[in-house]
Amino acid sequence: MSDDRIARFEERRKTYQHMSDEDLKTHFWDLCDQIVAPIVDLARTHTSPSIERSVLLRMGIDSLTAHGVVDRVHQAGLLGKGAGHVLLRLAEKHGYDVRAAAKAILEDKDVLEGLFEEVVQ
Amino acid sequence: MTTHAALDLNKKMDIEAILEDLENYRPIRKGWVWRKVMEEGIDMGPFHFRNMSAPLNHSIGLPASKYFDHIDPQPECVVTTEIASGRFEDDLRRMRMAAWHGADHLMVIRTTGQSHIDGLMEGTPEGVGGVPITRKQLRASRKACDLIEDEVGRPINFHSYVSGVAGPEVAVLFAEEGVNGAHQDPQYNVLYRNINMYRSFVDAAEAKFIMTAGEIFQIDGAHNANATAKAGWLVMPELLVQHGINCAFSIASGMPKEMIGLSTVPPNAPPAPKLWYDLPYAVALRDFFSDFKMRAQQNTRYIESDIEEAIRTHTIDTLISMLTSADIQSTITPDEGRNVPWHYNNIRGVQTVKQTWSALDGIKDLLSLKMDGPLGEMARDIKERAVGFLEEILEVGGYFAAVEQGFFVDSAQYPERSGDGIARDGAGGVAADSIVARDPDYLAPVCAHFGNNHLPDGLDKPCDPIGGCTLCHPEKIVYIDELDPEDSADRRLEETYPYRKGDLIRPEVEWAGDGMVLLQLMVPESEPYAREAGVEIARRMGLEDPQVINLMVLHPAEGCFLEVKGRVTFDIERDTLKIPEKVELLPEDELRAAVKQTGLKVVAGTVGEDEHSVGLREILDIKHGGIEKYGVKYHYLGTSVPVSKLIDAAIETGAHAILISTIISHNDIHRQQMKKLAELCQEKGIRNRVILIAGGTQVTPDMAEETGLDATFGRGTKGIDVVDAMVKTLKQRGEL
Repeated sequence: MSDDRIARFEERRKTYQHMSDEDLKTHFWDLCDQIVAPIVDLARTHTSPSIERSVLLRMGIDSLTAHGVVDRVHQAGLLGKGAGHVLLRLAEKHGYDVRAAAKAILEDKDVLEGLFEEVVQ
Repeated sequence: MTTHAALDLNKKMDIEAILEDLENYRPIRKGWVWRKVMEEGIDMGPFHFRNMSAPLNHSIGLPASKYFDHIDPQPECVVTTEIASGRFEDDLRRMRMAAWHGADHLMVIRTTGQSHIDGLMEGTPEGVGGVPITRKQLRASRKACDLIEDEVGRPINFHSYVSGVAGPEVAVLFAEEGVNGAHQDPQYNVLYRNINMYRSFVDAAEAKFIMTAGEIFQIDGAHNANATAKAGWLVMPELLVQHGINCAFSIASGMPKEMIGLSTVPPNAPPAPKLWYDLPYAVALRDFFSDFKMRAQQNTRYIESDIEEAIRTHTIDTLISMLTSADIQSTITPDEGRNVPWHYNNIRGVQTVKQTWSALDGIKDLLSLKMDGPLGEMARDIKERAVGFLEEILEVGGYFAAVEQGFFVDSAQYPERSGDGIARDGAGGVAADSIVARDPDYLAPVCAHFGNNHLPDGLDKPCDPIGGCTLCHPEKIVYIDELDPEDSADRRLEETYPYRKGDLIRPEVEWAGDGMVLLQLMVPESEPYAREAGVEIARRMGLEDPQVINLMVLHPAEGCFLEVKGRVTFDIERDTLKIPEKVELLPEDELRAAVKQTGLKVVAGTVGEDEHSVGLREILDIKHGGIEKYGVKYHYLGTSVPVSKLIDAAIETGAHAILISTIISHNDIHRQQMKKLAELCQEKGIRNRVILIAGGTQVTPDMAEETGLDATFGRGTKGIDVVDAMVKTLKQRGEL
């Protein structure tokens, strides 16, 4: 297998011989861009508990509360909506500010129930 | 913003004051700062420099700077030192010392295991092998940096790590607290921290986007491959690949190229023919990555416990930076191979760069790299292998597939493979299966959020729905002080108070009052006996927990050089120390007048079997500011002069004084010579007619009384000190 790989590299290398240093550099960056493109797409379309906690931090929620809230939101299957979105929705629904909404989630996980269904109707 | 008193350069930094009112402290500025470099170069003392930046208001130069008008040239690159002893409150003082020696990039390593903590840490618990990075620790450190940069007169870049499973949160924390630089490289998480690969990259895009908003300079983690692979110099093609992937991913995540730095290490070390590996690698890297910044790190892979060996390698690493380029020159504490770095070894690391950079200033105006030979061929070879590596990644199905197949950190040179690469499973690792697809109505109502975000139409800012986020309204940041008051900086500071603000003195290498000292000794025994003898000697000297931390065999049978560390357990009371009074010199005009009035003349020579003459010549000659400058006539008899000959010459010439220099001090010869001078003058009956003065490196001012001389001088003495002593003696005798 290894010998095969080495042979394939030697084949590839023949194609580089016609490339100037500048061409080789352009090719290098083109390859890097191709490699990262699908990963960037993955990042654009996905989120994670840490990303959601970082959103809550930016909304003025302390780190301990943010942790608890994201756990609850995740358990409720709502992370794909965005934890900040959940807080905002809850705050609007009850006339809270976002900190009070965060507190409400920690105190009663049932507050998340049906939060997004109502709006769909 | 709270105001704070500037540092007093004659006082220790007040750590308690820094911790006060942190809740309301905001950093004075944000963002990375480069050094101020004048295109036309800079004149300092008698020299013109080509690669130096603006000098500091307060600094400590290299030891030899006293021969060069005390200049302290500062390299054009930012200079890094890593400071993280586990107690950040003690690190603050080290940061100040490092800044005075020329560091302006202070990097804090995280405590062991923090990268696996799924969330932020708070408070100020003690760390292991690093510092727990928390809001309180960052805010206090940045506050200290704000004070230190005012004191030295140059901005300090404060730096830590945005990695692990809490990367995006850490990035927000850094942006909020004014951290200026950070490591961020998702590949590092995957390869070295076994964090799930999908999670690592998804988090990284968000983290990088936040860092960009906070103007935080990014450094990648590719250099870890040559610190990890068995033969660090063979992974050079892979290093280009890792740098390339992180750079391309960073740009795609919104980061400007000028905010991206490559962490690059010359991969080899002597006794290998270092230049033949490190130079082509440096050239290849700087060719492919010409749009990015270079953070040149020094080699750690081959550091042993010998500090001098490490420093020599680091000097050559710095030479490679100067022959190619470095925007940031990082330093490694030369004791990294034997312990958690000690205060003064950070300074040594910084000095290595400062010294090399001064010595090689303008090297590219004198020398150029010979590209039309093996150097160009080797650089091209590395680049072609890197391109082949990337093509193969695409061929096997992309980056994640390549990681699963163990493409990375294999110790063979691509395309060869040893099969010892680090393979990771996409379904495994820390925080596996933890990313979630964003729904079409996904929403995050904050600034600096990467990726799909279904914001309502018509907003000025993404954070409008919540009336502003913490990046726009820092007053919304929630400050948590301590979670465990027992494990906190305040508690530790109570214990170390007597050593920082009280009357007690204890030596220190890491933490206030740690009592650590280092013995250097030669034991004329073979290694096993020398080692045990070293420990026993330290124990009998009263040191606790003695440990041999370095041993160099001088000869298998003849002996070993040893370094033994241990702790002293006693304190010195400051008030009990008698500090020698500083001699107030008479005004220069008065000295000149007295010399003229008396026609002061002296005889001088180096006594005993001693051929040293430099010190004495400096005391005598006008061009070194010696006594001649003040009108004193001298008769210099040379080196290895018998004391009796000097006395005869003094009688013959009618000299007012005899000046002797004595340097070699085997068996206390310097003391004997000094006593002999006084005794012989007594015998000859001229003691009251001549002034007797001795000087030398082993001589101290308090030896005069003991040896019967009028004055004695040690290192750093100037001609004016000697003239002053002679005039004062003449006055005492009523001859003036």
